[in-house]
Amino acid sequence: MNNGIFSDLQSESIEIIREVAATAKNPVMLYSIGKDSSVMLRLAQKAFYPGPIPFPLLHIDTGWKFREMITFRDRIARELGVKLLTHRNPRGAEEGIDPFTHGSSYYTDIMKTEALRQALDLHGFDMAFGGARRDEEKSRAKERIFSFRAPGHRWDPKAQRPELWSLYNTQINSGETIRVFPLSNWTEADIWAYIQQESIPIVPLYFAAQRPVVRRFGQWIMLDDHRMPLEPAEQPQVRMVRFRTLGCYPLTAAVESAATTLDEIVAETLGATTSERQGRVIDHDGAGSMERKKQEGYF
Amino acid sequence: MDTLRFITCGSVDDGKSTLIGRLLYETKLIFEDQLEALKADSQKFGTQGERLDFALLVDGLQAEREQGITIDVAYRFFATPRRRFIVADTPGHEQYTRNMATGASTGHAAVLLIDARKGILTQTKRHSRIVSMLGIRHVVLAVNKMDLIGWSQQVFDEIELAYRGFAHDLGFDRITAIPLSALEGLNIITTAQSAMPWYEGPSLLHWLETVQPLEQETARPFAMPVQWVNRPNLDFRGFSGRVASGSIRPGDSVRISPSGVVSQIKEIAVWGGAQAQASAGESVTLVLNDPVDASRGDVIAAAADPVESADQFEVDLLWMGEHSLLPGRPYAALIHNKAAGVTITDIKYRLDINTGAQLAAKTLSLNEIARVNVSFDRPVPFAPYRHNKRLGAFIVIDKLTHETVAAGIIHFALRRALNVHWQALEVSKVARAEIKHQRACCLWFTGFSGSGKSTIANLLEKRLHADANHTYVLDGDNVRHGLNRDLGFTEPDRVENIRRVAEVAKLFVDSGLIVIVAFISPYRAERQMARDLFDPGEFLEVFVDTPLAECERRDIKGLYAKARRGELKNFTGIDSDYEPPQSPEIHLRTMANAPEVCVEKILQLLKARGSSPAG
Repeated sequence: MNNGIFSDLQSESIEIIREVAATAKNPVMLYSIGKDSSVMLRLAQKAFYPGPIPFPLLHIDTGWKFREMITFRDRIARELGVKLLTHRNPRGAEEGIDPFTHGSSYYTDIMKTEALRQALDLHGFDMAFGGARRDEEKSRAKERIFSFRAPGHRWDPKAQRPELWSLYNTQINSGETIRVFPLSNWTEADIWAYIQQESIPIVPLYFAAQRPVVRRFGQWIMLDDHRMPLEPAEQPQVRMVRFRTLGCYPLTAAVESAATTLDEIVAETLGATTSERQGRVIDHDGAGSMERKKQEGYF
Repeated sequence: MDTLRFITCGSVDDGKSTLIGRLLYETKLIFEDQLEALKADSQKFGTQGERLDFALLVDGLQAEREQGITIDVAYRFFATPRRRFIVADTPGHEQYTRNMATGASTGHAAVLLIDARKGILTQTKRHSRIVSMLGIRHVVLAVNKMDLIGWSQQVFDEIELAYRGFAHDLGFDRITAIPLSALEGLNIITTAQSAMPWYEGPSLLHWLETVQPLEQETARPFAMPVQWVNRPNLDFRGFSGRVASGSIRPGDSVRISPSGVVSQIKEIAVWGGAQAQASAGESVTLVLNDPVDASRGDVIAAAADPVESADQFEVDLLWMGEHSLLPGRPYAALIHNKAAGVTITDIKYRLDINTGAQLAAKTLSLNEIARVNVSFDRPVPFAPYRHNKRLGAFIVIDKLTHETVAAGIIHFALRRALNVHWQALEVSKVARAEIKHQRACCLWFTGFSGSGKSTIANLLEKRLHADANHTYVLDGDNVRHGLNRDLGFTEPDRVENIRRVAEVAKLFVDSGLIVIVAFISPYRAERQMARDLFDPGEFLEVFVDTPLAECERRDIKGLYAKARRGELKNFTGIDSDYEPPQSPEIHLRTMANAPEVCVEKILQLLKARGSSPAG
């Protein structure tokens, strides 16, 4: 698998994915439909070639994902022949939780963090892959590739297991779990260049197009359906925009862009002056918010 | 473009995180929104007054930012037109040494920071020794905070000379000393500065861009540990793994260790087809010509240079557990993809971090480095770490908590096991037991001091003896008067105490006896070790379950009173732990049952399993 500059990164990721298959009792791959998940999925295909991917995918569906993401998710699962599990926290419907009235912080706690814990417990998964990268955020830069979670899915950043060489300690007691991050050492630029080199399919929202948006908190929020209540001053308008990162549409800001091809996206990424997480509303909930969410079981 | 993985290390407050932050900033790897956040953070947490505190770019945990220290290793990424870099910023506090080792284990080069005002500290030396042990050969001595000593060449020269004196036997290929100021950004990107006109060496970035990482893996013979056997259907069987060294092509002959079976490479299967060659570092799947057996942890190697297997080694160990190392205790280990049990059989010496002196030691504590002998419970394919990192590195895992408690590197195999062969005896264990009309077994009593172990054991032996069974009781107190009189009650001595009595019990069972062991035996790991010595079904754990309060109330020998007065140290239940059995074969609750009733329960079990025909 000698792919130029990706040889090392790719081989390291495949080694990590295989180690889980070799040692986990009941592994699962978190699939968020975004570009990182798409790369992780391709690496899993490569790891087990010519066999199938020997674990299911799990999507935590908040009910507020872009519609194009769901269409894409179902198409990919069908084409790859992988088992796709989805989970939505029933409290969302019972209590009518949405990102507007309850605030992004509470909404994320319930519909993402709590939902994830529910799904992992429900199926009894002992190891779960996530597509997080260390270059995304400061607390992620501190996390192990095999990230140990105490019962209740808690992460203790001050007491991480030593992780030397590529000798991953996957031994756990019952109730404990491990989150595994095969893309830890990839950067955003690596992800885009790899997608380009490997022609990996991605959600069309990453490419610039004319889309209906409003200006909110100084950012472009796309009107993906009619559930988003507008302030009187907010005027829907059509702009040429794309997304650097994908999530729940009311919490994911678009950037103005003319990049309609992968080449243009790669060029734009390499010249970017802001980080991709700039477009994630939940990251601005306060300093250390990611670390707190992770301690509570968020990916 | 290649990738250089390097670490920054050194003592606390030497400016490691500041240096990384400065490197990221100067190589334009800081985004505008991150710079805005840094400005806000510098106001809130910063230690640099009105200036930007670059350390806050790297210290990503809340506890780190609040305390202004680095707790865990942070991985950051940057690139120049010449090279990509993954830098591991490691913590300086002694308490977090294992996190430093985590970062160093994957590094090709090390930037060792020194505060010019303080010179070489104990942590400087500790980190140097760990860097050396883990096989990093390229080191920069970054003498930082030159601004605070008036850019003095004399101070710089003295530090460099002292460090070279200290490090001469650490096996570094070359040490490059660079005077710099991370805060002011001098000698980091370029050496264009007027403060230190006397310095004529490279800037730090120039050194990082041009240093040649020692990569001999491709030049060495081919070897690949089997990580996972890929068997999607009856028509395909491949061995997946990451190539540890050398390269291989279809048609090449290979030998599998430890089995020694020979075959040829039929195909290197990768996504989308087959490839013509696989080299060190690549994750591939190998298909062989013959339907040979190989499983996870076996090593496929060039037939002309097969990989050796052995079970006993001399190694260097970095202890990372909160609890001290116990020689003789069974631990779990992982070496490349091979899981095995391991015990540390002998501590040859502990290393004095400051002087390098070899000190005698009975145990190892957190962050100590030692040369030890280890014994795996099965042969493992290996190579000395200096020849092959992937085949010579291992970790040690506690069997109960599953914590990673040590990292080890193999120097060489000990031949002892090969020279002491088992003497095959023609009269068997079964034959010895049959002549006594019984089935041999070991009844292992565990419980607090005063729980009634000896009383029940004595009563049980009387009943068995009366029924013409051949028995022997090994009692904790009695054995300590003879075989184990050299042992005390510290944790290491308790482990050795159990190891010896377990071996004696095994010999007695081998001779056909029903052996009753009555020892407090407080730790699960040692009871498991004893159990593992016996054949399945031979070892019966008997939990004499008397609550601590009741044992203390009885206090037949007056020991609890002594322990409470502090006259008896390491007394189980008072100032030393007891780990109750989780699933004993027999659970005797003595509060509810008289000793006679307890004995009856044991006799019934023995009868059921045929140990005692008369009983």
